[in-house]
Amino acid sequence: LSGSVTMAADREERRFAEVSRDSVKLMAESAGLELGDEVAALLAEDVCYRLREAAQSSAQFMRHAKRKKLTVDDFNKALRWSNVEAICGYGAQDAMLFRSVKEGELFFVEDRDINLIELALATNIPKGCAETMVRGMFTLLSSVVAPCSVPAAVQSLSDDLLKYYQQITRAILGEDPHLMKVALQDLQSNSKIAALLPYFVYVISGVKSVSHDLEQLNRLLHMVKSLVQNPYLYLGSYVRSLVSSVMYCILEPLAASINPLNDHWTLRDYAALLLSHIFWTHGDLVSGLYRQILLSLQKVLSDPVRPLCSHYGAVVGLHALGWKAVERVLFPHLPAYWANLQAVLDDYSVSNAQVKADGHKVYGAILVAVERLLKMKALSLPQPAEGCSSSQPGCLAGPMGYRVSSPGLSPPPEPLAEAGLGIASHLQAGGAGCQWEEWSPVPLPAMYSELYSFFGDSLAVRFSTEQSFGGFSPCTPSHFRETRKEPLGHVSNPDTTRKMPQLTANLNISPRQDGSPRTDPPPPSLAATGSVRSLARSSMQRSRASSSRSGQRSIGLSRDVFPKARFTSPHSGPPTFSFVIGGRQMGRRCQGRRPFQTIFVPTPPPPVVLPRVYTHKLPVIGRVCKPLRRWTRSHYSLHLPL
Amino acid sequence: MNFKKAGLDSCPLTLGSTDQSEGSILRSRWFPFFNFAHAQFIFKMAAVQGGMVDAKDELDIKSEPPSDGFGNSNANDGRLLSSSPGAGTGGTATGNNKPAPGPPEEQQTLLAVLQFLKKSKLAESAEILRREAGLPEDALDPKGTDASGSGPGLAAGSGQVDGVDASSLLSRVTVSSSAAAQAPKKAAAGEDQPDVSVVLSAYSQQGDPSLYDAYYSGLKRFIESVLDCHRAELSQLFYPLFVHMYLELVYNNNESVAKAFFEKFSGDQECYYEQDLRILSSLTKKEHMKGNETLLDFRTSKFVLRISRDSYQLLKRHLQERQNNQIWNIIQEHLYIDIFDGMPRSKSQIDAMSGSLAGEARREANKAKVFYGLLKEPEIELPLDDEDEEAENEEGKPKKKKPKKDSMGSKSKKQDPNAPLQTRIPLPELKDSDKLDKIMYMKESTKRIRLGSDNLPSICFYTFLNAYQGLTAVDVTDDSSLIAGGFADSTVRVWSVTPKKLRKVKSAADLNLIDKESDDVLERIMDEKTASELKILYGHSGPVYGISFSPDRNYLLSSSEDGTIRLWSLQTFTCLVGYKGHNYPVWDTQFSPYGYYFVSGGHDRVARLWATDHYQPLRIFAGHLADITCTRFHPNSNYVATGSSDRTIRLWDVLNGNCVRIFTGHKGPIHALAFSPNGKFLASGATDGRVLLWDIGHGLMVGELKGHTDTIYSLRFSRDGEILASGSMDNTVRLWDAMKAFDDLETDDFTAATGHIHLQDNSQELLLGTYMTKSTPVLHLHFTRRNLLLAAGAYNP
Repeated sequence: LSGSVTMAADREERRFAEVSRDSVKLMAESAGLELGDEVAALLAEDVCYRLREAAQSSAQFMRHAKRKKLTVDDFNKALRWSNVEAICGYGAQDAMLFRSVKEGELFFVEDRDINLIELALATNIPKGCAETMVRGMFTLLSSVVAPCSVPAAVQSLSDDLLKYYQQITRAILGEDPHLMKVALQDLQSNSKIAALLPYFVYVISGVKSVSHDLEQLNRLLHMVKSLVQNPYLYLGSYVRSLVSSVMYCILEPLAASINPLNDHWTLRDYAALLLSHIFWTHGDLVSGLYRQILLSLQKVLSDPVRPLCSHYGAVVGLHALGWKAVERVLFPHLPAYWANLQAVLDDYSVSNAQVKADGHKVYGAILVAVERLLKMKALSLPQPAEGCSSSQPGCLAGPMGYRVSSPGLSPPPEPLAEAGLGIASHLQAGGAGCQWEEWSPVPLPAMYSELYSFFGDSLAVRFSTEQSFGGFSPCTPSHFRETRKEPLGHVSNPDTTRKMPQLTANLNISPRQDGSPRTDPPPPSLAATGSVRSLARSSMQRSRASSSRSGQRSIGLSRDVFPKARFTSPHSGPPTFSFVIGGRQMGRRCQGRRPFQTIFVPTPPPPVVLPRVYTHKLPVIGRVCKPLRRWTRSHYSLHLPL
Repeated sequence: MNFKKAGLDSCPLTLGSTDQSEGSILRSRWFPFFNFAHAQFIFKMAAVQGGMVDAKDELDIKSEPPSDGFGNSNANDGRLLSSSPGAGTGGTATGNNKPAPGPPEEQQTLLAVLQFLKKSKLAESAEILRREAGLPEDALDPKGTDASGSGPGLAAGSGQVDGVDASSLLSRVTVSSSAAAQAPKKAAAGEDQPDVSVVLSAYSQQGDPSLYDAYYSGLKRFIESVLDCHRAELSQLFYPLFVHMYLELVYNNNESVAKAFFEKFSGDQECYYEQDLRILSSLTKKEHMKGNETLLDFRTSKFVLRISRDSYQLLKRHLQERQNNQIWNIIQEHLYIDIFDGMPRSKSQIDAMSGSLAGEARREANKAKVFYGLLKEPEIELPLDDEDEEAENEEGKPKKKKPKKDSMGSKSKKQDPNAPLQTRIPLPELKDSDKLDKIMYMKESTKRIRLGSDNLPSICFYTFLNAYQGLTAVDVTDDSSLIAGGFADSTVRVWSVTPKKLRKVKSAADLNLIDKESDDVLERIMDEKTASELKILYGHSGPVYGISFSPDRNYLLSSSEDGTIRLWSLQTFTCLVGYKGHNYPVWDTQFSPYGYYFVSGGHDRVARLWATDHYQPLRIFAGHLADITCTRFHPNSNYVATGSSDRTIRLWDVLNGNCVRIFTGHKGPIHALAFSPNGKFLASGATDGRVLLWDIGHGLMVGELKGHTDTIYSLRFSRDGEILASGSMDNTVRLWDAMKAFDDLETDDFTAATGHIHLQDNSQELLLGTYMTKSTPVLHLHFTRRNLLLAAGAYNP
């Protein structure tokens, strides 16, 4: 082996960490030896090789210990089995600090002195780590559950965790709001409560037992929110359980809703928000969750026996899940449902007042939902100029692309306005992911016409030009387009807008003009958000159509407030504006509710699904309780001013 | 014969030699047959390991080229005959006059054994062996040419006894005293070169080192220019040729040339050889070659290639035309080309089967008949009150076709034609408690859930919390009542997962007070005071890598880094026996499905079959080229499967110790094995994240399941074999449609003698589900008797 010694100098192909010749020399010096260059080079190379070899065999110990991290222990074992003394004193779990001294180009492992006396005499003896234990937990619960007794979890919680759990639940469900806040905050950020998750989920599943107590329900929902927002928790299949608890709050005819004084509507709104939040952040954990939620919402909606508050919950739930959900579930059910609702709303008997008030709530919720549906759908459509005939519900680039392409026509969109509408933006992003196969989208014009047939002028969304509609739906029957003529004509003619109060501006303003006792102006901040957004929207709409209506832009804003007013701040007041205005508007114009539905004679009548059969059923539910006191509260009795 | 084995298994590894004759007496007489090939192999291993030390000494002391001075001493391995005379001549056309391994070789092995025994002063044993083998008296003459060949190697083997570990990496640099101590011994052995030098010296014949590059690129050009159908086959040559040429260069001290050679051509090799190449690249000195295990594997075993006759002819013609003797020599000496008639294989076919350390399995290695059928269950007389249960069973059976253990009405059930004879290996008789357990099992089976692609099992995950010391092995009893964990802190912990707590048997003094006639005596002997959910077993002195419950739940086996396997009683929770023999870390152990026997495998590259009442092994299964990482018993207990770091799986016959199957195709060390409940198939998982499925009867790969992204540590079939569950380091449990995977097989493929199956890439169709854990690697999977899937692992924050 003479001659062929290559110097460690050729470092071009350095595939491994190498101990350089200088290091070897240095080490030799520290041991009091002088080494020649050649010897050092040879030694260095051999050391490198042996190191690599030892590292390789230590990897085997790592693999068998089923770890991914090589430890000093592994290395020591490899050394031991090759009859080399182990390296002592490096067993720490933490990484070693490797430091360098610039001047000497020295690298070394920091080795601090430890005062053993201090250590020995220390009074705070650290507690040993917790005892090793086994805990069973279901990863997958399939539909077929073995009839056998599932092996129970062996170990319960440690004392500390148990204490924590008790404190937290006591704080959240207790009286002190400040304490509750702290507890929720901790629940939201604590990284060590994974073991408690099933317990919390269990507590939350107790919603059913406190359905009489709105306050407690609210607290439980907040608990859900905190758990969901905790970044350290992996909810896994508990998502399902949480969702079902939240759904309970949304859909069930809670005992608390018997008393009309209880604002269970807000609770439902909040729960709906929460539902959408859970779904968009954790929906991927449970396959088929979206579908499942939709199905249960649909079931409630299509069940006429259920009270109106349940229906309300279903509608806000759908709304919170996004316009696609609305399109998929609510819209197809609307014709059938409408008949029932209509019956409730048309019943003017005193005994029906309570039910009717609820009906108005539902009406308002539906209106908000479909308005957004229309808007989003319109936005998701490709540029109308191209005359794209198929409406693409999942077109994500819709809003953005549109804005970019027509920067001059619309005011620069304010991103915050969009963000403030948390749900909507989420929906846009995620909605496309969950397509429902059996469902076929209805083209926008057809949808609009159908909705218009229900809501009439209460619909804040307008589609103005005939051209655009022709572009959208070439398949629309000709007579259908005839029916369009009328509103469209008005649109193109600013003078007629008053006659057919379809323009949002007029709708918004007119109640004020006639000085009706409207007591709840929307909070200014909300209006601001809303207006910016609606500005963008309405201008977009218009830019698509004849651009001659710029004058209305400024006033066509605040009508859009409703959807946002409801969903950005569910607590800011009873979410009933939309109907108040619409109802009043109509009421002023003609007697009763007829105008909601009429105007267009050839409107395809809603498919009648035994409306009469239901109508006599509907009030029955609502009639359970209707304290007359209700009448005095103008806040709720929306029909009074009519 | 019986005796010889005793000497064999202990010679390379055990320290004390005085008890060998004693051990032989204790040895079971059940297995009258011992396989010569394996005896030989072990010897080779021993010789090789021991020889390394000698070779080094040789160099240090004489600094004389090891290629000189050995004549025909390498009789131990026939193939070397052709190469050794050619030392230095390079161009000798050795042709293909390989002597077939036959009786002479066997005799040499025997002589070698004899020699060893004599050296170890085991005169009596040597005499017995000599008598039994029918060797002449003078066979022990040290000057006998045959014996001297393996003598030194064996001497080195005993040198190991002196405390020099042959495989030590660094000892050769530092330990000089032991080398000096060995010198006289070597001198006594004559001037013959030790075995390792023989193996190594195969490299000593060298052509011009500067031409290696040209040779290799010439061949490369040729292979790249041939027709597509041949190119894939011939491309298999690249890797072994590359390695051997590189080693030759290194061996002949052409370090810089070797480096350049490596740089230039290492990129051409298949990606699945990357790990070996990395080891290779770190090897640039002749001195290092001697201690490198990977290298040893490469040298001691021929790399097996499967090539069609057409392609082979093409290659041969080319090399002859070009007079490319260098490459031809390597092919002759270091490669084994398994030529078959028929269509050349495609690239994907080749890739599916290659990847192991020593190439593919020779076809004849998988020719032996394997009785993969299940044993007939003994008839059990059910107690009267269980009659209805029985009726239910009878009726449910034809439909369910439960493959295992439920053959109550065995009269109606014919003996499986593929099953081994009931008495092929002796099995323990059923005790009353076993029968009771079987009845329980059958009752449970009637409530079993039928799984399928649309009917997935529920998964219950057992998380080991606070396992900071490191969980290394898990096992669950068949009835899912106990779970045990082996830990890196040398402890074994047993938990009860049912409300029934673990209790010890009372002390002897207390037991005396018990009324032994009472009906509930079994209950009375238990000490209520000791009841707890957890029992910790202390005894090992190293991480516990393997753990296995006995089928009757009375015992627990654990294998550890300390080289021992321990048998624990679950009645007293104490250690009963420590089985020593491996002397190196024991990576895995498992009880036979019928109890009594168990198998173990470890770092010493051999698997051992033990019986619980024998403290020395009954069988030694040698043949793997690297560590045995996992061991599994076939459901009929007649076979043992072992997975290894050499990336092969071997199936061994328990009866005669033969290796009956070699499965190649994994690209990484194999860490999980599972037999299908009907005994027909084997599933294996490796560090490459793939699960491969094998047909045992035909000896073929029948499926590949891709999806995991990290080492697979656990595999398990559902009780009826419909679902295969795999658990991995990537923190997922995946479920695969095993029914479909096995149903889709085209039977035509099996009839083809070449056995070249075309695998379809249908992993995605077969994957039924992926279930994440919360940063918990899945170390163990278990289907309960009702087909609930239990998984276990330690939370790893």
